[in-house]
Amino acid sequence: MSREAILAAIKKNQPATQVLPDLAGFSHAGPGDPEAFRKVVEALGGQVFEITSFDEIQPLVAEHYTDVSKVVTINPAYFAGAATQWQEGDGRQLEHVDLAIIPGQFGVAENGAIWVTESEIEVRVLPFITQHLAIVINKDKILPTMHDAYAYIGAPTTGFGAFIAGPSKTADIEQSLVLGAHGAKSLTVFMIG
Amino acid sequence: MEQKHKEHSVLAEAFNNNEPRVNWHDETLWWVRQKRDKMAWTLPEWEELREAASQIKHNVLGNLHDYLLAFEKNAIANGAVVHWAADAAEHNRIVLQLLQQQGVKRIVKSKSMLTEECHLNPYLAEHGIEVVDTDLGERIVQLAKEPPSHIVLPCIHKKKEEIGDLFHEHLGTPAGNADPKFLTAAARLHLRKEFIQSRVAITGVNFAVAETGEMVVCTNEGNADMGAHLADVHIACMGIEKIIPERKHLGVFLRLLARSATGQPITTYSSHFRKPKAGQQVHIVLVDNGRSRQLGREDFRNSLKCIRCGACMNTCPVYRRSGGHSYHNAIAGPIGSILAPNLDMKDYADLPFASTLCGSCSNVCPVKIDIHQQLYKWRQVLTKEGHTKKTKAAGMHAMNIVLSKPGLYKTAGGVGRWVMRTFPAVVNNGMNPWYKQREMPEAPKQSFADWYKKNRQ
Repeated sequence: MSREAILAAIKKNQPATQVLPDLAGFSHAGPGDPEAFRKVVEALGGQVFEITSFDEIQPLVAEHYTDVSKVVTINPAYFAGAATQWQEGDGRQLEHVDLAIIPGQFGVAENGAIWVTESEIEVRVLPFITQHLAIVINKDKILPTMHDAYAYIGAPTTGFGAFIAGPSKTADIEQSLVLGAHGAKSLTVFMIG
Repeated sequence: MEQKHKEHSVLAEAFNNNEPRVNWHDETLWWVRQKRDKMAWTLPEWEELREAASQIKHNVLGNLHDYLLAFEKNAIANGAVVHWAADAAEHNRIVLQLLQQQGVKRIVKSKSMLTEECHLNPYLAEHGIEVVDTDLGERIVQLAKEPPSHIVLPCIHKKKEEIGDLFHEHLGTPAGNADPKFLTAAARLHLRKEFIQSRVAITGVNFAVAETGEMVVCTNEGNADMGAHLADVHIACMGIEKIIPERKHLGVFLRLLARSATGQPITTYSSHFRKPKAGQQVHIVLVDNGRSRQLGREDFRNSLKCIRCGACMNTCPVYRRSGGHSYHNAIAGPIGSILAPNLDMKDYADLPFASTLCGSCSNVCPVKIDIHQQLYKWRQVLTKEGHTKKTKAAGMHAMNIVLSKPGLYKTAGGVGRWVMRTFPAVVNNGMNPWYKQREMPEAPKQSFADWYKKNRQ
């Protein structure tokens, strides 16, 4: 078995231990700035709408999307008439979803990332396989940095979680930025507050 | 000296034959470096973050044995199966066996430099299994039957027209269409089919957390997630140095990684895989392949801190002007040049010399690896072990004689300046390697020592 040989070699060769640095200095006590969050999301190619009620989502979608017919959601209050029975299957049933509207736990002001976990999205592939993605977050759930984000999350409770920052993109062809590589082609954030 | 590959200088010379293209390559990568600077400077705590990251990684090196055991225990508790591979061959055998158990002939893979290092794709092809690389850049070089030339930007050496031709040939796009948007859309459709059909997905790993047994995979395209979430079996391949102690340390590394790599505040997706989804198998392959040996080399162990951002390549004046393929190694550039000799001193003896030792790589490294110092130290090790060319050793010996005798140095300098001024053709010709792709400067009339004597107050 290679396991024992590898571990023995590591034990023999590893240097003396050094203490871990204290990360407390990187943390912030207060909340993050929603305006800063919005600016980063927009710079990443996403769009942010501030809303006061879920009722505003549907008209905004109608106004800003021209190619959306199959909409799925977790929370029926987000979008009247959206499919809510789509969880059954291995994920491939979502291949032709145009827009998925999901909740996010919080946003990060420094980089526009939104924390999304399996407990809200139910089917892991949903935010990636959908052609367009919309995430609903509370305006008062914006944290300053990634340090604050991990402090907020604490110990993991779900099998899968992801930070999502903007739409899927690539610049692999001559460094030309193109939105919509394999994941969602667009990202809309509804900040409710 | 017998080598499997042409040397860096020979390959670089070929790359330099097309001057406009070299300039384009150089400028494109420098632009990425500038984006990195802009992002780094927006954070006042940038230097503290680099220091913290370096210290965390140092702690990892000192506790790797225990952290690996903790990671293994937690990953198993999460429901994953953990495999250990001593070298590339064992890694490839493990992956093949898993694929044969599934009876699959075609699978998807997201970016993993480790599988490049292990030459997994050709090995699986020999056994009748086709790997479809799903990162756009990797898919492009795969269609071109080339290896990636950069760890983050795999096809940075390719012009869009060449990509258009490749897509025309392999994906049936219209001839002559080289629009990046159009080509990306075509690749999206082509690879969606692959994701939907594939029952097994291989991914790399950016960070593996000992405390939780989870793996973090970062992509902009979403290809790792598309592959892994749709697959019945997810195989994650990682070098043993990818371990970090605790979840909170991800905060430090995720702030540094994308800013250093491409000048983005974070990658689009930073996915935390902890437990397999219902009904799914997750296999984690932990690969040594020389890493435990490098851990024991005091001068070189810091190279294991690398988080594969590619910043050292983007800034390197030699990489930018010689192209990734001239390094004939899965990982090119300055970091590749200090990792490769550990794998095979003889085969990669040329790489630590493919540097000006300017130190720019060390300055941008997010985990503060002393890259240029290690390049210098490798030169000494390789020379001592007899892996450098005799002509280089003779040249160094002659320089040593001249530079250690001030009188001789003065005379040689005077003669050299006179020759360069009187008979420039003696040095401005193809026999002089310094003349290649360069204009020799005009030699000054006097030496600095003479000037200083006259001008000192």
